[in-house]
Amino acid sequence: MSRWETVIGLEIHAQLATSSKIFSGASTAYGAEPNTQACAVDLGLPGVLPVLNTEVVNMAIKFGVSIGAEIGKRSVFDRKNYFYPDSPKGYQISQLELPIVGVGSINITLQDGPNEGQPKTIGITRAHLEEDAGKSLHEAFPSHTGIDLNRAGTPLLEIVSDPDMRSAKEAVAYARKIHSLVRYLEICDGNMQEGSFRCDANVSVRPMGQTELGTRAELKNINSFRFLERAINYEVERQIELIEDGGTVAQETRLYDSDKHETRSMRSKEEANDYRYFPDPDLLPVIVTDEDIEIIRNNLPELPEQKCQRFISDLGLSDYNAELLTSSRELADYFETALALAPDQSKLLVNWILGDLSGALNRSDLDIQSSPINAAMLVTLLQRISDNTISGKIAKEVFEAMWQGEGSADSIIESRGLKQITDSSAIEGLIDEVIAANPNQVAEFQAGKEKMLGFFVGQIMKQSKGKANPGQVNQMLRDKLKA
Amino acid sequence: MTLKTEEVRNIAHLARLQINDSNVEQYTNDLSNILNVFKQMKLHDTTNILPMAHPMDATQRLRPDVVSETNQREKFQAVAPDVEQHLYRVPKVIE
Amino acid sequence: MTITIKQLQKGLADKQFSSVEITQDYLNKINQKNIDLNCFISVTGELALKQAASADAVIASGKGSVLTGIPMAHKDIFCTDGVKTSCGSKMLDNFIAPYDATVIEKFNRSGTVMLGKTNLDEFAMGSSNENSFYGSVGNPWDTSRVPGGSSGGSAAAVAARLAPGATGTDTGGSIRQPAALCGITGIKPTYGRVSRYGIVAFGSSLEQAGPFAHTAEDCALLLQSMSGFDPRDSTSVDQAVPNFSVDLNKDIAGLKIGLPKEFFADGLDSDVATVIETAISEFHKLGAEIVDISLPNMGLSIPVYYVVAPAECSSNLSRMDGVRFGHQCENPIDLEDLYKRSRSEGFGEEVKRRIMIGTYALSAGYYDAYYLKAQRLRRLIKQDYVKAFEQVDVILCPTTPEVAFKRGEKTDDPINMYLQDIYTLSLNLAGLPGMSIPAGFSQSMPVGLQLIGNYFEESRILNTAHKFQQVTDWHLKAPEVK
Repeated sequence: MSRWETVIGLEIHAQLATSSKIFSGASTAYGAEPNTQACAVDLGLPGVLPVLNTEVVNMAIKFGVSIGAEIGKRSVFDRKNYFYPDSPKGYQISQLELPIVGVGSINITLQDGPNEGQPKTIGITRAHLEEDAGKSLHEAFPSHTGIDLNRAGTPLLEIVSDPDMRSAKEAVAYARKIHSLVRYLEICDGNMQEGSFRCDANVSVRPMGQTELGTRAELKNINSFRFLERAINYEVERQIELIEDGGTVAQETRLYDSDKHETRSMRSKEEANDYRYFPDPDLLPVIVTDEDIEIIRNNLPELPEQKCQRFISDLGLSDYNAELLTSSRELADYFETALALAPDQSKLLVNWILGDLSGALNRSDLDIQSSPINAAMLVTLLQRISDNTISGKIAKEVFEAMWQGEGSADSIIESRGLKQITDSSAIEGLIDEVIAANPNQVAEFQAGKEKMLGFFVGQIMKQSKGKANPGQVNQMLRDKLKA
Repeated sequence: MTLKTEEVRNIAHLARLQINDSNVEQYTNDLSNILNVFKQMKLHDTTNILPMAHPMDATQRLRPDVVSETNQREKFQAVAPDVEQHLYRVPKVIE
Repeated sequence: MTITIKQLQKGLADKQFSSVEITQDYLNKINQKNIDLNCFISVTGELALKQAASADAVIASGKGSVLTGIPMAHKDIFCTDGVKTSCGSKMLDNFIAPYDATVIEKFNRSGTVMLGKTNLDEFAMGSSNENSFYGSVGNPWDTSRVPGGSSGGSAAAVAARLAPGATGTDTGGSIRQPAALCGITGIKPTYGRVSRYGIVAFGSSLEQAGPFAHTAEDCALLLQSMSGFDPRDSTSVDQAVPNFSVDLNKDIAGLKIGLPKEFFADGLDSDVATVIETAISEFHKLGAEIVDISLPNMGLSIPVYYVVAPAECSSNLSRMDGVRFGHQCENPIDLEDLYKRSRSEGFGEEVKRRIMIGTYALSAGYYDAYYLKAQRLRRLIKQDYVKAFEQVDVILCPTTPEVAFKRGEKTDDPINMYLQDIYTLSLNLAGLPGMSIPAGFSQSMPVGLQLIGNYFEESRILNTAHKFQQVTDWHLKAPEVK
């Protein structure tokens, strides 16, 4: 066992899914032509003023009540002063002293260690509102950096955790949990590739048993959960090596480079900053009443943990399956859409969704939303199993064809002639053929070798190309052989 | 209160103002004199007095989440000193 | 000769003259006199005549409102779509604003004619108009003296009869002090009454726009047009705007006027004091009750203001970085060079001084001792006024401790310059409305009298001022400008 303990806290920036920006009426849509969605306020032209978007406040409160946090009844926007070309005003409007969301917490399931599978509570220090910066495009010109301010002013909820995580896997479990929550709440689209959901990790190590924290490095530029895990693990190793070689960890911001799989010190952030925070005189304190909070609380969608509990108690699913199904809102939605079409097939649905479907999605690196087989299509396939049109085994072949886009279950069964043989005379013909061709095996069976039954079933299924109804084959075969 | 020239250089850097050996003394002097005027604030006890950031005790008004702005890039970039391919240009930033 | 907006309005309505005619007349005067006074940075003659022509058409169609066709000048701090908005700074010398400030929009809707943009202390920082990239402004009463600041160009233009009315902004006295020094009438409304949208920001929690004119009556008309809730300014107050002209003639008998002893103490020029005392006796004759009051914390307004305003300005001016608009230095070698040289070349000395002070007051280790301390003391200053208005209706005092001083006299002594605003700063800290009206002369230079009202009681100080102007003619005295 390592003599080092890893301590991780995450700062998650979730872009809030509003139509317009936090302080201006410009669109937040992703992917527009450079600087076409940067209005006078976003550009910080002289004389313009910010006005706060009501939805931004509502979404922050939604998040706050979902993690059981105290909502700031009076929250204040501050200016964080620093010069950088993607921060057009020379300051970022953020919240320092009085954030909109106070202390809360969220539960994760431990992913490793002696308590694997056990729940653990991760503290959330605070969540505050701020504006996103624009983008610096370093590759646009040979000797210049190009600035696109479309993203400037996009609302962000910065969710700051306590330093409660002890491994990269725990950090990922926490990040996934928050990711799932903001998508359940529909306050963030969670798209990590587009930067809608970004994780910065504060990582430090300390000798096992020590209570004070080691010096931390802040890792930035992590745009997937996989990279989050790799970046933390790399950084932990780097720090341990450094200390064991007699060095000390510097408190600094480090950039994760996913191509080189390393973290490196960020030159631009090296200098110690003095942000000169002070209350933004262009904005007034935001007052939230108990009534406002109650209205939002009463209109919350079903949260992952509630849904999970319901799946366990109402549908009798296992804890494990219920948790998997509710790990993302989209997956849970898929399951529930399917369940509405086939209310008595919950077990079969769970097996197929978590089995074949999830497997296929993983292999193709697809989200459930982009699955070529939608919930209704899957339900039809499963109905063909239960009405004996096809066997479970043939269903896998049909599923594969559906995945390849060959059409609906019914059309594939039809065109490939996969319909199960249930006609007794046809099955009887097959049985007779097999018995006639294998007299020795018949003799063995009749001498008491029960195992031979499997051999006959296999032969018959092979003859029928898998289409004979296995139950019928079994029954009729026994009758024939014993006769 | 007298500032040190090193402090003045640091403030100038924070404010991204150029300061050189010929004017650092003048700044140090001027700023020190102004800080002397501030000294009288210390004489007043302000325990239990809340800071006042705004003259009126008003609260923030909220704007509906509506896209009200249209693309005015041409007009806005007409006043920009250095634009290429619709991007504002600055000397290369190394991260 | 003084021609008021009221008189112009009547002449336009009676078809004695057209807006194009009076606009051309003002443009001619500007053409003759601006060389000496330097009160305009831009003269927008072509635009003015176009606006005047359409105003005449509106008037002819019978759809004109009170200000249709009235020429006026705007402080060059209000963004004006398609017209240079320099703020008196080299930094914005090339800045053609791509939009109109709300105040400009409102005047455009009222049908006023813009003669040009007036000179000011750079980014409104100053009390003498000597801090302008475009040179200093002469006081029309004696061009060797300053017109006051920061709205010195607007005040001088109105005083020299180059415009019947003008706009200004007031962050620490920048309307009232130049109005006093130039012998005209000017009002700063309650914080939040007029939208700040499109006004290049200096001290966001302090500043308000307001008008200059010859009379309180004209100021009421202009302020009417400027005021009102603006959804684009979070600090704009969503409150009905009263008709400022309705109560102008109300009897002021029984009005309680408070004289704060702190504003009549050491530092007040004795001749100025005499002029103010004479004016007080006029109010007494009008039936007002004169009450001695005290505002014990007023001595703090200079340090508090010179922490708060520079702190806000240091941050507000950070957007002037040479990237998206404004001055950019030649061939920057790297980002830091771009920032530092663009800003150092673009800003004048006083602006840099205030940015430095503000940066210091907000920096780590000093925030509590300076910024936070000042914000606490600011509350004490406000509370003094709140208590005073429990006793009196209006507060009266001199606008400035002395008449207009000589150009160059105080430029090397920033602190002495700051003391010029000693009677005006505290209103901005408290957010109260105040105005300056001509009250007489000392050393042949005008003396201004300040009237301070309670929150949203602009009508009451306009009424008080108007009654005074009905029985005196100081506001009609015109300088002889060569």
